[in-house]
Amino acid sequence: MSEPLLNVSGLQAWYGESHVLHGVDFEVRPGEVVTLLGRNGAGKTTTLKCIMGMIGKRQGSIRYEGEETIALSSDKIARRGVALCPEERGVFASLTVLENLLLPPKIADGGLSLDEIYDLFPNLKERSTSMGGKLSGGEQQMLAIARILRTGARLLMLDEPTEGLAPIIIKQIGHAIQKLKPRGFTLLLVEQNFRWASQLADRFYVMEHGRVIDAFAAAELPDNMDKLHAYLGV
Amino acid sequence: MIPLLGISTQALFGQLLLGLINGAFYAMLSLGLAVIFGMLNIVNFAHGALYMVGAFAAWFLLTYFHIGYWPALILAPLGVALFGMVIERTMLKRLAGLDHIYGLLLTFGLALIIQGVFQNQFGASGQPYPLPEQLKGGTNLGFMYLPTYRAWAVVFSLCVCLFTWFMIEKTRLGSVLRAATENPELTRAFGINVPRLITLTYGFGVGLAALAGVLAAPIYQVRPLMGADFIIVVFAVVVIGGMGSILGAIGAGFMLGIVEGLTKVFYPQAANIVVFVIMVAVLLVKPTGLFGKKL
Ligand SMILES: Nc1ncnc2c1ncn2[C@@H]1O[C@H](COP(=O)(O)OP(=O)(O)O)[C@@H](O)[C@H]1O
Ligand SMILES: [Mg+2]
Repeated sequence: MSEPLLNVSGLQAWYGESHVLHGVDFEVRPGEVVTLLGRNGAGKTTTLKCIMGMIGKRQGSIRYEGEETIALSSDKIARRGVALCPEERGVFASLTVLENLLLPPKIADGGLSLDEIYDLFPNLKERSTSMGGKLSGGEQQMLAIARILRTGARLLMLDEPTEGLAPIIIKQIGHAIQKLKPRGFTLLLVEQNFRWASQLADRFYVMEHGRVIDAFAAAELPDNMDKLHAYLGV
Repeated sequence: MIPLLGISTQALFGQLLLGLINGAFYAMLSLGLAVIFGMLNIVNFAHGALYMVGAFAAWFLLTYFHIGYWPALILAPLGVALFGMVIERTMLKRLAGLDHIYGLLLTFGLALIIQGVFQNQFGASGQPYPLPEQLKGGTNLGFMYLPTYRAWAVVFSLCVCLFTWFMIEKTRLGSVLRAATENPELTRAFGINVPRLITLTYGFGVGLAALAGVLAAPIYQVRPLMGADFIIVVFAVVVIGGMGSILGAIGAGFMLGIVEGLTKVFYPQAANIVVFVIMVAVLLVKPTGLFGKKL
């Protein structure tokens, strides 16, 4: 088995005095699509932000390409090849669509070209001169994903990319993500919509109360449906 | 000379020019304040003091090193920018995330210290700074006499303002700056060194104040309190233009300078307060300022 690209172990995190991650353990191997599942408030977003270096108080170990990154600032982590598409999308309202796309600096070869990005999301090409604040929810989500494809980052983390979107747009985003895998990207998804995620992911981790409590491979999913329904309360 | 409403055109255009010059300084100073506020969330009360330091830097260069106006126009802002960056790195940086009031108090204290040191050294009186040789004299336009240096000051500061606006709104560097102003955490998570950007922004903003100081040196005298008197009006200009709005700062600066000049002609008693009256009126109607977006 190949070395993991990302290895998280004993990860703890706090917001002020409030202790929200209590020892998160999981790993992501190169080229995999891994999905974190779990109810609202389980700590999925916090986990991604910790990996990105965006939570002030964090402890434990996060190894990326074999090197410890727990103490690095977020710009340094980004420069090593980790990129986040945040839950709130984070499209910059005072930047045009094109400026948003070009904002993250290129850190390595292997990213998509602007033309390839426009092939994936044709809407963005039409709207390239619009201000980010004028986009619809679906367009914002496409832009937030597209923005991290150019830089050459290898590990892409997408936090609930389908949240609040129309089915047709969810489908389009699914197609785009499917095309990323053969390009050598590794994906760490957070998703509530596990029916949608099950078409993409190789493996799943289930989080609850700031811990990883279970893990499945995609092939094991059908046999574990009842358990999963219980975990997610659906 | 054709009298207009009992006022000579000479006087009218003379005051208009004075207003325009003041407006040019208002614009450069409020532009720096707006850029700093946008990025650091700090109301930089040291701005007037650093404008004065810029003027004194030019005076030092001339008096002690025989370095003239043109090199001073570059060296003084650079020196003040460096000084500002040291202030940011050693002091302002520690206030990140705290309430506005802390930044305000710190920079206000710095202004008092800087002005106190200069007053102690030079007293309250002014040091003259000679006009550069190339910009002496003037032109008779028929309806008024236009001193060359004053025309230069207005045109140059307009160019500096427009250049700054262009850099912020139309370039790659500007888009990074706007992104970091809007959401510094996320901008940093894209691999951009936001703390360094903040330091450079503060340096740029106070450098702009120093540049205005050098530009002002041959017009006004170089005095320790030259910025303290000025900066109060500049804050009113920033409030009128809209805190953090680039075009607002530039537009309001020039506009209010002109309004002030005209008031001197038509109702001199009100000239010192007209800006504040406008400020109150604007705040009543549009609390975010004329060009401000959000608060
Ligand atoms: N900014 C914050 N300040 C304080 N508590 C927070 C903040 N963000 C999240 N939390 C808390 O941390 C826990 C984990 O949240 P989060 O990571 O967002 O969960 P998930 O993404 O799985 O829904 C929740 O209990 C939430 O209330
Ligand atoms: Mg979440």
